[in-house]
Amino acid sequence: MVHLLQYVFSGVTVGSIYAIVAIGFNLVYRTTGILNFAQGEFVMLGGMVAVSLATVLPLPAAVAAAVVLVAAMGWLLEVALFRRLRRHTLLHMIIITIGLSIIIQEAARHLWDEKVRSLPYFTGDECSSVRLFGAAMSPQVLWVLGITIVIVLLLMAFLHLTLPGRAMRACAANPAAAALAGIHLPNMRALAFALSAGIGALAGCVISPISMTHYEMGGSLAIKGFAAAVLGGLGQPMAAIAGGLVVGLAESFSVSVLPAAFKDATAFAILLVVLFIRPRGFFGRPFAEEGRNA
Amino acid sequence: MKRVLLALVACVLWGATGKAAEPPIKIGAIFAVTGPASFLGAPEAKTAQMLTDQLNAGGGLLGCPVQLILKDSSGSPEKAVSFAKQLIEEERVLAIIGPSTSGETLLIKPICEEAGMLLLSCAAAESIVNPVARFVFKTPQKDSQAAIWIFKTMRDKGITRIGVLSDNSGFGKAGKEQLETLAPEHAIEIVANEIYDKDATDLTDILTKVKGQNVQAIVNWSIVPAQSIVAKNMRQLGFNVPLFQSHGFGNIRYVQQAGRAAEGILFPAGRLLVVHELPDDHPQKNVLMAYKKDYESRYGEEVSTFGGHAYDAMMLVAEAVRRAQSTDRDKVRDALENLTGCVGTAGIFNFSATDHNGLGLDAFEMITVQDGQFRLYRP
Repeated sequence: MVHLLQYVFSGVTVGSIYAIVAIGFNLVYRTTGILNFAQGEFVMLGGMVAVSLATVLPLPAAVAAAVVLVAAMGWLLEVALFRRLRRHTLLHMIIITIGLSIIIQEAARHLWDEKVRSLPYFTGDECSSVRLFGAAMSPQVLWVLGITIVIVLLLMAFLHLTLPGRAMRACAANPAAAALAGIHLPNMRALAFALSAGIGALAGCVISPISMTHYEMGGSLAIKGFAAAVLGGLGQPMAAIAGGLVVGLAESFSVSVLPAAFKDATAFAILLVVLFIRPRGFFGRPFAEEGRNA
Repeated sequence: MKRVLLALVACVLWGATGKAAEPPIKIGAIFAVTGPASFLGAPEAKTAQMLTDQLNAGGGLLGCPVQLILKDSSGSPEKAVSFAKQLIEEERVLAIIGPSTSGETLLIKPICEEAGMLLLSCAAAESIVNPVARFVFKTPQKDSQAAIWIFKTMRDKGITRIGVLSDNSGFGKAGKEQLETLAPEHAIEIVANEIYDKDATDLTDILTKVKGQNVQAIVNWSIVPAQSIVAKNMRQLGFNVPLFQSHGFGNIRYVQQAGRAAEGILFPAGRLLVVHELPDDHPQKNVLMAYKKDYESRYGEEVSTFGGHAYDAMMLVAEAVRRAQSTDRDKVRDALENLTGCVGTAGIFNFSATDHNGLGLDAFEMITVQDGQFRLYRP
């Protein structure tokens, strides 16, 4: 029973990291129609920048500054690069973002180096352990879960209650009508990039004490995050949470019954099965594809 | 265009003035300076460069300057193969040092053997020198020796039921095989045996499973960063059995990454990490102290055992050339094979026609972590 709970916590921790990456995927995809495989690099950059800044700033300030810097970079990427590439097809854009992720990785390697680094634990240290119903975990796990929940709530409030948020949803629902209503589409696209980069960077900071930060960490996160996004339903920011948690829990429970080497295979097998039965994912809308070509 | 021309002219002029009287002795190096094995390749490349500069500052080898031709394979066996061919056919180097990983080395072993190219690998796997190839040598201690040290220490501590964790890199797989092969003869039972992805970010689920098997100790055989994650996750789970790591743990940065959770970790490694604890009359003391001091003052980072493997490879090539008094590759090879009592960072090399590694079990020490520092383990 205690073991069961331990697997749940482990799955939820990993799953919420995938979920944050998947939220970024969905935000950008919905507003701009781009599947941004460089999303994992934002997570890496967030961690890297925060680790560097933490040597001169207190931890909260370093994290905040890292989030702002990476968000600015996301915005800049849209303005300088993606805005000029709007004529390309979805497939071209995927290749372009994969190329971009390689460039960011290499740049990070030259800017920092190939070594592994990490932020200090937000509370306690490497050996601290919190007991919850008999299961033990690092306090940082609670930070990851808490920050995921806060990100989700803030994002919901932004998308539903504020004018820019609603404008962004309008762009996603019907770009032509949104433009006619006076919404500046390019600005909304840049905002979506900045938001997803900022969210990714925040995720990179909270997971840094647990998983550590190095220049190559983005690639595998992007793939798992993409799986979570597809599972939840591509283009639905909140569905990503369900997708992320399912992938994370599937991974940790597969370890309890199968050899650990099958962990990734199980996660992707579940993805395939779900996509056979329900190609649009749990919450995806059937028209997710057509709504996208303006 | 003008700028290109200027640059060309500058090159030619620099080449003309910088040209030494003697043609340089070319030594090729293939290291995984970038990519997943960069924790091996980066210090190896830095060390090789440093030794080349030191040799040249001391007048070169046999009066000739030494030229290091460094190739970054980024850990890819395909790149290593094409670089090896380039170094053999185009650069016509005297010897190749590296590659950093066993997978790369095993692919270029037959190529070098066929071309009669001297190869001094910096990778661990047993199969690099077993069976022996005439032209292929290696400088790090063998995986099997590390496994034997771990099992011996376990027997001393009265441990018989263990869990083995390994990652899915070439290094992890090779280590797992050695542990499985050698466990029965040391009367150790592996009751849990799990493989995880080398990029895994959290291992609590796997450790939860192993914890349920009532093991008395854990052996983790992996590359970074999982080595630090295992230690942290074990403490966070309240899983308090001894943790043994492979000789891949030999870099103080992994201890720093794991922080307080690294205390008490046990692993076999060369003496470079604990050089300050060696008695002054230890035969390796001077070599180790000199390498540590030179490397740390030049690069501003702590030495790791991996850079030491490149040190040994360069040093052995230089020593063989001096003994042979020739840069003829066959003569250098013969001199290398007959080298004995040659003190390196990994141990004292005694090569023979049947042993192209030249290191005994005594090249390892059991090392532990105490107050964030590497210490000799004293039971």
